[in-house]
Amino acid sequence: MAAPAPILRMSGIGKQFPGVKALDGVDFRLLPGEVHALMGENGAGKSTLIKVLTGVYDIDAGEIELEGRRVAFSSPLAAQQAGISTVYQEVNLCANLSVAENIFIGREPRRFGRIQWKAMRRRAEEILARLDLDLDVSAPLSSYSLAIQQMVAIARAVDIDAKVLILDEPTSSLDAGEVAQLFRVMRRLKEQGIAILFVSHFLDQIYEISDRMTVLRNGTLVGEYLTSELSQVELIGKMIGRELADLEKLEERPPASEGAPLIEAEKLGRTGAIQPFTLTIREGEVVGLAGLLGSGRTEIARLLFGADHAGTGSLKIGGEPVNLRTPRSAVSRKLAFCSENRRAEGLIPDLTVRENLVLALQASRGWTRPIPRRRQDELVDKYIAALNIRPANPDQLIKNLSGGNQQKVLLARWLILEPRLLILDEPTRGIDVGAKAEIQRLVAELSDGGMAVLFISAELEEVLRLSHRVGVLRDRRLVAELDNDEGLTTDTLTETIASGARS
Amino acid sequence: MTGITGLLDRRRAIPQKYIPVLVTAGLFVAMFVAGGIRYENFATGQIILNVFIDNAFLLVVAVGMTFVILTGGIDLSVGSVVALATMLSASLLKDGWPAYAVMVLVLVIGAVLGLAMGAIIHYFEIQPFIVTLAGMFLARGLCYTISTESIPIDNPTFTDIAQSRINLGGDLSVSPSAVIAVVVVLIAAYALHYTRLGRNVYATGGSEQSALLMGLPVARTKIAVYTISGFCSALGGLLFAFYSLSGYGLSAVGMELDAIAAVVIGGTLLTGGSGFLFGTVLGVLVLGLIQTIISFEGTLSSWWTKIFIGLLLFVFILLQRVFSGGSRRRSP
Repeated sequence: MAAPAPILRMSGIGKQFPGVKALDGVDFRLLPGEVHALMGENGAGKSTLIKVLTGVYDIDAGEIELEGRRVAFSSPLAAQQAGISTVYQEVNLCANLSVAENIFIGREPRRFGRIQWKAMRRRAEEILARLDLDLDVSAPLSSYSLAIQQMVAIARAVDIDAKVLILDEPTSSLDAGEVAQLFRVMRRLKEQGIAILFVSHFLDQIYEISDRMTVLRNGTLVGEYLTSELSQVELIGKMIGRELADLEKLEERPPASEGAPLIEAEKLGRTGAIQPFTLTIREGEVVGLAGLLGSGRTEIARLLFGADHAGTGSLKIGGEPVNLRTPRSAVSRKLAFCSENRRAEGLIPDLTVRENLVLALQASRGWTRPIPRRRQDELVDKYIAALNIRPANPDQLIKNLSGGNQQKVLLARWLILEPRLLILDEPTRGIDVGAKAEIQRLVAELSDGGMAVLFISAELEEVLRLSHRVGVLRDRRLVAELDNDEGLTTDTLTETIASGARS
Repeated sequence: MTGITGLLDRRRAIPQKYIPVLVTAGLFVAMFVAGGIRYENFATGQIILNVFIDNAFLLVVAVGMTFVILTGGIDLSVGSVVALATMLSASLLKDGWPAYAVMVLVLVIGAVLGLAMGAIIHYFEIQPFIVTLAGMFLARGLCYTISTESIPIDNPTFTDIAQSRINLGGDLSVSPSAVIAVVVVLIAAYALHYTRLGRNVYATGGSEQSALLMGLPVARTKIAVYTISGFCSALGGLLFAFYSLSGYGLSAVGMELDAIAAVVIGGTLLTGGSGFLFGTVLGVLVLGLIQTIISFEGTLSSWWTKIFIGLLLFVFILLQRVFSGGSRRRSP
């Protein structure tokens, strides 16, 4: 079977950022009607390659050919007009506009310059129907979940007569049913001959949907492979450049239930966010929270951290009743909260690694008592080494770091405060296997050292690997609390989530 | 599949985006009815028309301000540009320029000022607050280079427009300025709802980053809104010249704040992306009606206008907070 001519060919691509060589001589091709996965660790250059392709960045070396013609896009708009559409991990739509407008804005059907709203709504409904979506197209986009917003973004991308569709981590915030729906849509687009470039950190998803993959490491090309001919273990080996075995190993989790109770939440709840729940977290214990997206996982974390006010119930920290009115009072009681939304709620992109690291410590000391530079350097060097933050340059701006390394900086910032309870909300979302294993190991080490951890993740395997106990949430209610013994598997967890029964 | 189907059964009532406008409309009706009960000769159509006549310039300025605020920006220069427009008109007319040439020139100067500020805001990525603050000082300063005294206008075209009244039948009549203001409102409302420029304004206000990635002309949109605001300020200045028949460097001091207040009371979010021009009209009407009621009351000093506007603003900003707070943490 002769392979069809590639619709897109990138050769010898190079891209330099101040202090970082993001891409170096990378070749990449995309065939029509295939799903092509772009694989690599954080910082391997996946995002940069996509941004170069779509005209967000200029290239320093190499060339791009689309349908045999040499192209250079000056902006995402130019790329879009040439038939390359992108759906990013964060939904880049305007939530204040209606669903129909989000699909059509910039290309609204018009007559004599007047926008034809009726025609627009009708066509939006048709397009969504083709993707098996039945939405009220005149409702504002903000009234729908992130997953639906993502589908709308794809609907928009596809309607722009796309030849190449780039999906940059579209699945990281979807639940299993939604992923299945997305894959149905992708298969349908594939049949229509659209070439799909797919980026995801979920290997199972890659193997389910992709035909071919290109692996990058440290900004260079490792190779291009047929998915059917490369096993998962081989793939991971190629991505991280070493064997996974030494990363995968986490020692058997010692039981920790004999520690003193640190957090005791008694019938704590907040109307509209989470039904009253009772939860105890002991010192040195990792408590996992499992449940679907929107089941109330983050809401529990926010209540415990004082980011939201509890409507009912009481909270004790270290046996002492407290009323957390603000995150500040939680921090002063040695609680730390690593939010799931690291871009919006955590890091300050225009500050350096050093400044981001010492920020929380400085805040807790008060601004009148600056941390001496020598102490700063000590701390920063220690945590850059401990968490393997790359590049190991404390004066690098945060925005130039990859997602996984940003996450590590955020984690380090809280660890400097030496908290008694660390709340981690989706700490491994959107980051690669290597960094994931590092963060998991760190969590295990911290809890061995006596720190209590509340670990929230959509990945059940991860929750099971790390937690001593697992709280299961469903429809904004804590439905079960399970001890993590041999009997507990992802299947029983899934069952509990589905049935909502207390087992 | 519970995730998707579960999310689809949302309640449908009055769309949330209309609520702030409806609140303002309710407030306006309540004030009108209360005034009608309390004072004789209040509940007449002419009272509302007088509000339009006395606030035509503010309405036009507030229309421009609505465009700017919808993109998430702010324009502090409008009051000074109004003053500059009156000064320019008065001094050029005194020098014997033809009335229509003066009008065109003033409008062009206003639009160019706005264009320049918009370009600086966009291309140098500077906060609109500080750029238009500079524009405010610049325009106000230019007034005094023309004259520090008030210059009367006695051009026959200007006085004709100022004194004529258009009869609407019955005892009702309006000034040409009020008609111009209403036409501006209608054109602007059409532009916001039915043209690409208008929709790009909303998109830019919703999320500038997203608008850029969706391939919308963000640069053009942002520069356009400040140009529109500059043009509207100059037009407002002309209407103010018709109204006062003089040019004075100290006129319209603080009008930018009145315009912002009208837009906010009209339900437009200061963060951008949400609001209606009809709300702004209601906002101006509410401000005008407060003045009318205070003048009917007779014993209250005019400073009470400011006090009521201040209180209203507090209430409406809190209201905005309640609405936007409700939708802020919708997505999990």
